[in-house]
Amino acid sequence: MRKLIVSPSPHIHSVENTQRIMRDVIIALCPSLLVSIYFFGFSAIKLALVGVASCVAVEYVIQKYILKTQVTINDYTAALTGLLLALNLPPSSPGWMILIGSIVAIGVAKMTFGGLGQNIFNPALVGRVFLLVSFPVLMTDWSVPASWFREGVDAATGATPLALIKEGLSNGLTIEQIMAANPEISYVHMLFTKIGGSVGEVSALALILGFVYLLVRRVIKPTIPLSIIGTIFVVSGIFWLANPAQFTDPIFNILTGGVLLGAIFMATDYVTSPMSTTGQIIFGVGIGLLTVLIRYFGAYPEGVSFAILIMNMVVPLLNKYCKPARFGKEVKNGK
Amino acid sequence: MKTFKIGGVHPNDSKISKDCAIEDFPVLEKAYLSMAQHLGAPAEPIVQKGDKVKVGQLIAKPSGFVSANIHSSVSGTVAAVEPYADLAGNPVMHVIIDVEGDEWEESIDRTPDIVREIKLSKEEIIKKIQECGIVGLGGASFPTHIKLTPPPGKVAEYLLINGAECEPFLTSDYRLMLEQPEQVLIGAKIMMKALDVTKCRFGVEENKPEAIAKLKTYAAQYPEIEIVPLKKKYPQGGEKQLIEALTGRRVPSMGLPIDAGAVVQNCGTALAVYEAVQKNKPLFEGIVTVTGNCSEQQRNFRLRAGTPIINLLDAIGRIPKDAAKVISGGPMMGKAVSNLLAATVKSSSAILMLTEEETKRKPESNCIRCGKCIDACPMGLEPYLLVRYSRNGMYDELEENKIYDCIECGCCLFSCPAYIPLLDHIRASKAEVMKIMRSRPKK
Ligand code: SF4
Ligand code: SF4
Repeated sequence: MRKLIVSPSPHIHSVENTQRIMRDVIIALCPSLLVSIYFFGFSAIKLALVGVASCVAVEYVIQKYILKTQVTINDYTAALTGLLLALNLPPSSPGWMILIGSIVAIGVAKMTFGGLGQNIFNPALVGRVFLLVSFPVLMTDWSVPASWFREGVDAATGATPLALIKEGLSNGLTIEQIMAANPEISYVHMLFTKIGGSVGEVSALALILGFVYLLVRRVIKPTIPLSIIGTIFVVSGIFWLANPAQFTDPIFNILTGGVLLGAIFMATDYVTSPMSTTGQIIFGVGIGLLTVLIRYFGAYPEGVSFAILIMNMVVPLLNKYCKPARFGKEVKNGK
Repeated sequence: MKTFKIGGVHPNDSKISKDCAIEDFPVLEKAYLSMAQHLGAPAEPIVQKGDKVKVGQLIAKPSGFVSANIHSSVSGTVAAVEPYADLAGNPVMHVIIDVEGDEWEESIDRTPDIVREIKLSKEEIIKKIQECGIVGLGGASFPTHIKLTPPPGKVAEYLLINGAECEPFLTSDYRLMLEQPEQVLIGAKIMMKALDVTKCRFGVEENKPEAIAKLKTYAAQYPEIEIVPLKKKYPQGGEKQLIEALTGRRVPSMGLPIDAGAVVQNCGTALAVYEAVQKNKPLFEGIVTVTGNCSEQQRNFRLRAGTPIINLLDAIGRIPKDAAKVISGGPMMGKAVSNLLAATVKSSSAILMLTEEETKRKPESNCIRCGKCIDACPMGLEPYLLVRYSRNGMYDELEENKIYDCIECGCCLFSCPAYIPLLDHIRASKAEVMKIMRSRPKK
């Protein structure tokens, strides 16, 4: 008689697998990538390619030759880290810099913790922050490289809107005066293609499109992004109402400085975000709060990366104390 | 539309046998009747080699409080009373009968007439159900008379009938509701009388609109029985989930349905109760779906207990070449069959064939902490955490995290993108934790 498979129940599995999820996230990033290629041309392509290739290569080398374990590059997680890292860098970043970022992201932030699923910090953000601290000048050089696609279109602003505001405020100007002096800081520009900033945050609309795709494919739940964005909106709204001359308005805060990129793609990283819904809300609110505080009172004009990394540290604690709602209350002894 | 609130998954429906009417499966040459057809202690044979038996004759008696009578499903001569391998190849005492003709006990009413009037009293009903060896047909095979006798101090308020059939592929309950709706409803009425309850809710998932319509038509005569359409979601048919879906109440952790004032019975059981009480027919046959995407034929049979699975599959044209797994029951909670010579039992509901592609588990990779197992768990547990503790034998932590609440529905493993065998680990350590809990002195 033939030999039958006898593994225990359940005998069927959903279509879900790690590779498919990671591929979906990469697909969700494509609109943003396309917009930035349109906007920054070859340098965006170069950054994305170098980012992906170097992260995959670093993971391969470490797994194959140093740890001598199974190579897992085909789960696409390394590729995704590379792409996210690239999208978080200024368009003019040199290739060697993203290579260093990749080594830090995969080698330090992921592999030393034990590989996929074990790391505490979001690898791409660790890579980015490492570069920000090590190469502050290159990392804040927002000049726009020439693009072959975009002749005739206005060149983008050299500085990010947040940096312009920070600078203006420190020169004693009010928000109104800064806005008047920089007409390119407009919501329309932010929504579509024309804000200065890192490769991935050129167009808010493209990021939102990716968000919708992730929701439809059930890759992520809206809990974390919405609690981050909601918190930023409310907290910056309070400051803005209190003093509109000194503080930027809530919509401005949401559309700039990588909030959308961070909230949708970085903070929702499974490994480094909490598991339960309550935990996720606390996590999101924490990120939102820290972002606004860093922006208004910190040294850096933006703060999303730092806010996410700080909240990453709290995740083990949130997982420990925020349990999902159990089914049915405990019956008391003797009852 | 109503459903349970926490967790659950949506596997593909796959009800490909839904339009196949119930057919009587022919009686074969030999019947192999297991003495372990119910939850609890196996029954003790009361026949010997050489004895003549009729269809419906008592051949084994209960051997403990939780146990049940077993009746012959065929007529003929007892060929042997000896151990015979079950689904997993473990030897279990069987009564093996050489079939001669098809002679039924005279007391059984074999006419198709529907008997509506319930003559027996509450006590007589329960006694009859016990005599006829009725067990739950929804999966656990718990003796029905015990469920219909709430422990002292507990009062049943609702009788809930489970017509959810939330497992993919299974259509036996569906065909039953469609073809014998009135008998099922009378069965429910009988159980209401036995339990002394005035409220009965009958849950059917929305993917069976024909069954809902049919039952609603007949239920017009029985206003105490409310037919409730439920949203399609697995494991709706789980007792605790069904109670929440139908009454909004939650059975407490470690509690029984009766703690929420409910008694749940499967719709197949309702038919068995009808046949026992109104027609004097013991439980020795039931509806069994034979199906699978790889199988050319899909069938719903009225099948006598004791039919070897291999014969059943042969009858529909041999087992397909690419069938790699044969399952007794549904794809989420059924048991894998390793021994095709094993015989069906009175509570068998389906024989399902899956191909390697459909069923083969992919290699396990690292947990990516996606939380999908948590979102899927209908008991609000954290499967990933239970597995982490299981791997390290941390039984205290497992108990704190309520591993004993796991209903082994398989939603966690079904959803895990890393293919971590969550339920395998949880099942093993749950058994261990339960053992530890039982070993503690009672206060
Ligand atoms: S579903 Fe699997 S990968 Fe996701 S958290 Fe649970 S165990 Fe980990
Ligand atoms: S098998 Fe247990 S742990 Fe897994 S989803 Fe079902 S109840 Fe939860």
